[in-house]
Amino acid sequence: MSARLKALLLVLPLIVFLGLFFLWPLWMMIATAVQGGTVRLAFPQTATAIASWDGAGPPPASLQAALVRDLRTDTPQERFGDAVRTLNSQQAGFRTLLPRTARAVREAGEADAFDLVALDPRWSEQGYWLALKRSMPAYTDANLLAAVDLKRNDEARIEPVEPDFAVNRAIMLRTFVIAGQVTLLCGAIGLPFAMLAASVTGWKRNALLIAVLLPLWTSLLVRTAAWLILLQDTGLINQTLRALGLIETPLSLIYNRTGVLIAMTHVLLPLMVLPIYASLIAIPRNLMPAAAALGAAPLQAFRYVLLPLAMPGLLSGSLLVFMVALGYYITPALTGGAGDQMISSVIAFYATGTANWGMAGALGLFLLVPTTVLYILYGRLSRTPLVQT
Amino acid sequence: MTFLKSILGSTALAAGLVIAGLGAATARDLTVVSWGGNYQDAQRKIYFKPFAEKTGKPVLDESWDGGVGVVQAKVKAGTPNWDAVQVEADELAIGCADGLYEKLDWGKLGGKDKFLPSAVSDCGVGAIVWSTLLSYDSEKLKTAPTSWKDFWDTKTFPGKRALRRGPKYALEFALMADGVAPKDVYKTLREKGGVDRAFKKLDEIKPDIVWWESGAQPLQLLKSGQVVMTSAYNGRISGINKTEGTKFKTVWPGSIYAVDSWVILKGSPNKDQAMDFIAFASLPENQSKLPQDIAYGLPSKAAAAAVPADLAVDLPTAPQNLENAIAIDVDYWNDNIEDLTKRFNAWVGK
Amino acid sequence: MRDLDPFIHFEAISKVFGTVTVVDALDFHVARGEFVSLLGPSGSGKTTLLMMLAGFEAPSGGRIHVDGRRVEHLPPYKREMGVVFQNYALFPHMTIAENVGFPLKMRGVARAEREAKVKRALDLVRLRHLADRRPSQLSGGQQQRIALSRALVYEPKVVLMDEPLSALDKQLREHMQLEIRALHRELGLTVIFVTHDQGEALTMSDRVAVLNRGKIEQFDTPSGLYDRPRTRFVAEFIGETNLLAGRVAQRQGEAATVVLASGGSVTCDRAGPFETDSEVMVSVRPEMLHLVPDAAAPNALPVTVEDHVYHGDHIRLHLAFGESRLVARAGRRDAAPPIGSTAFASFAPGDCALVAP
Repeated sequence: MSARLKALLLVLPLIVFLGLFFLWPLWMMIATAVQGGTVRLAFPQTATAIASWDGAGPPPASLQAALVRDLRTDTPQERFGDAVRTLNSQQAGFRTLLPRTARAVREAGEADAFDLVALDPRWSEQGYWLALKRSMPAYTDANLLAAVDLKRNDEARIEPVEPDFAVNRAIMLRTFVIAGQVTLLCGAIGLPFAMLAASVTGWKRNALLIAVLLPLWTSLLVRTAAWLILLQDTGLINQTLRALGLIETPLSLIYNRTGVLIAMTHVLLPLMVLPIYASLIAIPRNLMPAAAALGAAPLQAFRYVLLPLAMPGLLSGSLLVFMVALGYYITPALTGGAGDQMISSVIAFYATGTANWGMAGALGLFLLVPTTVLYILYGRLSRTPLVQT
Repeated sequence: MTFLKSILGSTALAAGLVIAGLGAATARDLTVVSWGGNYQDAQRKIYFKPFAEKTGKPVLDESWDGGVGVVQAKVKAGTPNWDAVQVEADELAIGCADGLYEKLDWGKLGGKDKFLPSAVSDCGVGAIVWSTLLSYDSEKLKTAPTSWKDFWDTKTFPGKRALRRGPKYALEFALMADGVAPKDVYKTLREKGGVDRAFKKLDEIKPDIVWWESGAQPLQLLKSGQVVMTSAYNGRISGINKTEGTKFKTVWPGSIYAVDSWVILKGSPNKDQAMDFIAFASLPENQSKLPQDIAYGLPSKAAAAAVPADLAVDLPTAPQNLENAIAIDVDYWNDNIEDLTKRFNAWVGK
Repeated sequence: MRDLDPFIHFEAISKVFGTVTVVDALDFHVARGEFVSLLGPSGSGKTTLLMMLAGFEAPSGGRIHVDGRRVEHLPPYKREMGVVFQNYALFPHMTIAENVGFPLKMRGVARAEREAKVKRALDLVRLRHLADRRPSQLSGGQQQRIALSRALVYEPKVVLMDEPLSALDKQLREHMQLEIRALHRELGLTVIFVTHDQGEALTMSDRVAVLNRGKIEQFDTPSGLYDRPRTRFVAEFIGETNLLAGRVAQRQGEAATVVLASGGSVTCDRAGPFETDSEVMVSVRPEMLHLVPDAAAPNALPVTVEDHVYHGDHIRLHLAFGESRLVARAGRRDAAPPIGSTAFASFAPGDCALVAP
């Protein structure tokens, strides 16, 4: 057996693992985002009939009859449920309308002429029928469009959704802004902290590193409680400041952006400190004395020697923090205010809240793309050794 | 070739272990899932443990935070690893329509007429009746607020107030504050302009609202004085008053109550056992013990009748508490939750 | 004459780490343009002394003057000294040209001038063609020359070198020694050079300060150290020597007669400060010891030949003189007496020195 084959066999478990637990779910996510067809599957006769309707006038009687026939068919309940979910996402109201109609149709028996509008006036609204028509194709861009606050109008042209419902772009942008702010804060605190940790030795170094790692090891509940104790209006910080006479009214440190930034920086700091620390302790001991001996004042030595040499760590740390921060939502939900919700909470809402996997997948995709770009960038940066030894 | 053999061998071994693991999963004990916290502690005491003792088989209990997507994912996985689950009314309706739950055997439950009408469905039987209502700390507030109008009155009651994040409850309360009678709230929401009216009312106190996410948060917010009033779950309020000696008070008029139900996940390998458990938890003599620990209303009529009067006054099902209270409109929210959540998020971020 | 121009002046300089005195109240001068080595075993305080001069260690006491100015309070980057470190300490993220240009950049020298000076400094070490490489792409010797050129580029008053050649192999090291010496002469630099290699110190320096346990044993020219060691430590540390224990029997001016513990007596022309009756050691370098057949030669000691060791360019003879063991060097053409034979080892009174025991 060739060595190459042996090597392949050795990494086979890894490949299988990656495929099974990474690539396949990823593919499923993308597929779910663009797959339609659930409605066609549940309502095959309606699908045929609606194809010949141009969507302009009222739905013809033949179309209504086709729907009634479909509803009378004993469609598996879960398939029916999938169709309802897709339709309700397009047009709020289907969730109650369809089960209700189905029940009525079945109770009415075989008489072909069933008056849908008489049962529920919503069937007279054009929007419901158009949503049915739009949901028929096997592939749909509805989720992808909705993820960026776009939709197809009644003439199937892409247009922005009403301002009152346009929210994803803003939240996506906010997510990137918060992740960026957290990254900057982590860098601003992490770099000096790592420098301090790298400059001391023994128990002091251990104590510093443990201090920064602690939040990673603490449960979310304990951390949240700690932030509350510190940050709320009657919290430790505000009480201290007031006792010192520095402020009259309490500073708003929690339930707003400040709270989110403090909490997220606190949790993510180790991801920044550790790579910087690793790159700092790899710097040969005599470089900083050499810089000083050659005439570099402390700030110059930092700017021209230490910072460039710590840069790979700083970049790795920044990318790590940024990417992880993009996915945060519980911490911002607990410490943030109204306008601090991040995109992951919207994804969670669709995924667990309303089981709308298509929307969750589409939003996930828009989060995945920049994350992947950053990851590739990160791979590049960590492969280019600035310090060759 | 021995190398290849050993690889194949270890793969087979690994596969065997996985299969054995799956085998173990199918043979797992009855798993009951509820909302966690001191509510689940109480349930463990009066339902889970006695049932395990009665049947001689262990009962595993887990907690969850709700979401029909979670249930759907479990059911779609083939064999769910949960059996009996306590769900909210919207999850009951959607899951039942989508075929995520087994049909209940009402014979074992003693018939539908033994329960409140709102606690009866094909897929679920009510476990508790709970309310979301206006709460405040009576030790901090001199004047007692009596309605959602007071909640909106930032002059008489200066300070922040807290609401649950999301459109559900916030829109209803806003309409009540705007003068809509509780019984007309959903009618107004369904009318053209009703939602706009609610958001417009919310605009008035938008800068003063802290939005809470989990049921424990409003208690903390009240306790620390971060807010003067909040919406909260009634069981939590009476719970913290009991455990921590706080003097939080609730305003029943304008409250919204809902029924949580027991369901059995579709394809549950312990379906019969789960049904027996639900029947056990619905027995009046068992259910009537619950209010001693936590102030939730009881869907079993006989159980509710057996609750001592001093405890019954705190329950959402007490007649005086039901005056001017409304039930959550599950249909309305199942139709509109996605759209209104979008709109809420857009509004709240503006 | 050099001492008249004390360019660098250490005045009662001390360094104490905890309870350990590493540098013990040293006083000495270095003249402008002088090449001075600090030589000593590890722990002798030579590197600490250099670090105090460079500004990386604060003295526990005493003063340091450079060019008439006190420097102990100045941070390293204000001392205007070129420092060459043991492991070169080149900046790995900069090209060779950027490394050499670094001191100029720190001093705000304009780009054009900087480039010209970098070229000149690289020419000095004949490595201009490597200007765009990274340090990691250079050999050890090349890196060392870059470090040197970087220390020289801004024409510092003083160049400090901390065992700069210790990482190089022997051949390269000898080559670099010559190169550094040539640069010193060419540029008229004042160099303080720390080494534990006595050969290196003797080859390169105008004067060598031999340090032992924080004190200067002797500060002298290389030949002064070798030919006229003043202490037993110096005699033993610099080159190889035979030490004969004895007592001063009589002084005749500069010279003295010493009665040896192993018997007999010898005369030395340079008796130093030792008075009559003081216990001393007579130090005789192996190459000054000659085997002669008759006892009439000056300072002839009766010895037995114990062994010959062939060393290529010379033969080492191991001799027994009473209880003492002596080593003599014989030219390879000299007929070595057979092992076991007896003879007399003789040395001229001018070829020995008295040191304290």
